[in-house]
Amino acid sequence: MSTTEFTYEGTRGFYPGHRACAGCGQATAARLVMETVGPNCIVANATGCLEVFSSPHPESAWGVPWIHSLFENHPAVASGIEAALKNQGKLDQVRVLAMGGDGATLDIGFGALSGMFERNHDVLYVCMDNEAYMNTGVQRSGSTPFAASTTTSPAGRKSYGEDRPKKDLPAIAAAHGIPYVATASMSYFPDVRRKVKKAIETRGAKYLQIHVPCPPGWGYDEKLTIDIGKLAVECGLYPLVEWENGEVVRVRKIKQVPVEEYLKGQRRFRHLFRDEKSREQIAAIQAIAEENIKKYGLVE
Amino acid sequence: MRKMIEGSRAVAEAVALCRPGVISAYPITPQTHIVEELSQIVADGDLDAEYVRVESEHSAASVCLGAVAAGSRSYSATTSQGLLLMVEVLYNIAGMRLPLVITGVNRAISAPLNIWNDQQDTMAIRDTGWLQLYAEDNQEVLDMHIQAYKISEDDRVLLPVMVCMDGFILTHTYETVDMPTQEQVDAFLPSYDPLYKLDPADPYTLGAYAGPERYHEARYTIQQDCLGAKEIVKEVARDFQSAFGRWHGDVIDTYRAEDADTLFVAMGSVIGTLKDWVDAQRAEGEKVGVVKVRCFRPFPAEELVAAVSKAKRVIVLEKAVSMGSTGILAAELRAALYGQSTVPVTGAVAGLGGRDITMATIDEIKQRADAGELDLWADLRAEVLEDA
Repeated sequence: MSTTEFTYEGTRGFYPGHRACAGCGQATAARLVMETVGPNCIVANATGCLEVFSSPHPESAWGVPWIHSLFENHPAVASGIEAALKNQGKLDQVRVLAMGGDGATLDIGFGALSGMFERNHDVLYVCMDNEAYMNTGVQRSGSTPFAASTTTSPAGRKSYGEDRPKKDLPAIAAAHGIPYVATASMSYFPDVRRKVKKAIETRGAKYLQIHVPCPPGWGYDEKLTIDIGKLAVECGLYPLVEWENGEVVRVRKIKQVPVEEYLKGQRRFRHLFRDEKSREQIAAIQAIAEENIKKYGLVE
Repeated sequence: MRKMIEGSRAVAEAVALCRPGVISAYPITPQTHIVEELSQIVADGDLDAEYVRVESEHSAASVCLGAVAAGSRSYSATTSQGLLLMVEVLYNIAGMRLPLVITGVNRAISAPLNIWNDQQDTMAIRDTGWLQLYAEDNQEVLDMHIQAYKISEDDRVLLPVMVCMDGFILTHTYETVDMPTQEQVDAFLPSYDPLYKLDPADPYTLGAYAGPERYHEARYTIQQDCLGAKEIVKEVARDFQSAFGRWHGDVIDTYRAEDADTLFVAMGSVIGTLKDWVDAQRAEGEKVGVVKVRCFRPFPAEELVAAVSKAKRVIVLEKAVSMGSTGILAAELRAALYGQSTVPVTGAVAGLGGRDITMATIDEIKQRADAGELDLWADLRAEVLEDA
């Protein structure tokens, strides 16, 4: 290895020096993904936080070929890249990735994503799930969890925030019968690396949804990103599950903690601690966690 | 080789001769025969391409965008609602300077729902940064696709090209065409070798965002190169003539226009009807002629001014309108003539939603223009208006 070149392990795909907020879970997740995939890849990125903080012309944090087109078409752009590589006889050497936030993935890019799954393009799709439209100022998305207060699902005198549960995109992805689907949390580095490795070694369409805490969007101290992410998993609200060909094949077991432990440290849930009625909302959230625990057998 | 085939088949065969590596489309009438033929050509192994069957036109354009960025020549075709669904991606393809050819089959826009021909759809995307060529007949539309790839991929252009052809009137009509050989097309159109592409051996960031300090210049550059592409369109028309022996005009073409008192200006298949009308009028001693706008973007302002300035009256016949304003081609021609010529320009909107433009329609337009009308809708039916 050259000693004059800046080449420390892990930065070849996604270099430091970008403009993410301090404590950004997504920036860490992007680095984990890119260091695992390695340099022989092409990334199609949706519009969103990751795109904006990594590519302000003439700067770029990307050390691999990277393309941003629009908000909702990255699954189709990645499909086109894959088709081109296939036609050029290069698909054996180059991995294709698509990345987007939860809004790009669950909402506006949902149709294009389903098309990419259905055609089973050899693409690893990574959803950076921070549970709202953070880039535009914390508006509610289809991934916003029940009772979270966002700027468009605000808690108010007659509201406890978002009134619907998170859209279950991993299950929808699995229902397409694609070879590999997984959920992950950026708080568990080895787990993320293992799932990315598994995904890139699998041919066909892959979906990886990574929970990425967002300090300004969720309202917590930026040094707590890893801890908050772990609590989401440990309380059962963010089950870490793997599917192969539509079937659940593996889950990460948890030592269950009450959801309150996860909720209480975040501004987006603080309205749940104001009165007796709001406590009922916490009970409803606990029920969501219990349902996940039962559904996936998260507790031994 | 000369053969009698449907316009859609002619386009599909011409596209296949250009050897795209990736084709992606979503079916919509009356574009369907083109993509069905291409599917069959790929299915038979006569073209080594990936045909990506997408879930929407937005994705069809996006697949092409990704494929071109990754270094493969690509193709799509659409029309009407499908074209409008693509619009966001069309702006993006031009902005990212990706060469691509799409067939814009011309069809009316909903509402009311109507699958028949006019040119409101492609005219609605005139500001995207795409070059737009309009074909008169099936030989021209066949040849235009081969020219379009050559223009689009030229380093001095690097902008996408839309080949516009009238739905049904051209797509579903059988005509005798001269189909070039693969050897001829290969000699004219070299394989796609982009300046920049997505390649791990030489990584580039494509589609970075640009703030107020850079965006303005990026858009200016597109405008300059789009305007400059006019010379490349001409150059490619000349080169095509040398290689294939056919000439359809460059950015414009004229028919019996030299001494004409009245000149019709139009685009697309209606040119054929106008030529017949002109012949009939000339036989009666009327000095009339036709100017065909072949390249609408970039707009051939100087060429049109030179072509029409000596006439006593210009009538723009168009199958599109800018609601709340006038016919679009008429407005742009008037703007081009401003300060150059005082020839009066009548704008006539005709043939929307597949209403036939007949000799009688053209007679009516001529009479109303002679009577001094400046903007008119031809062939309006009183009984339908009352019903509405």
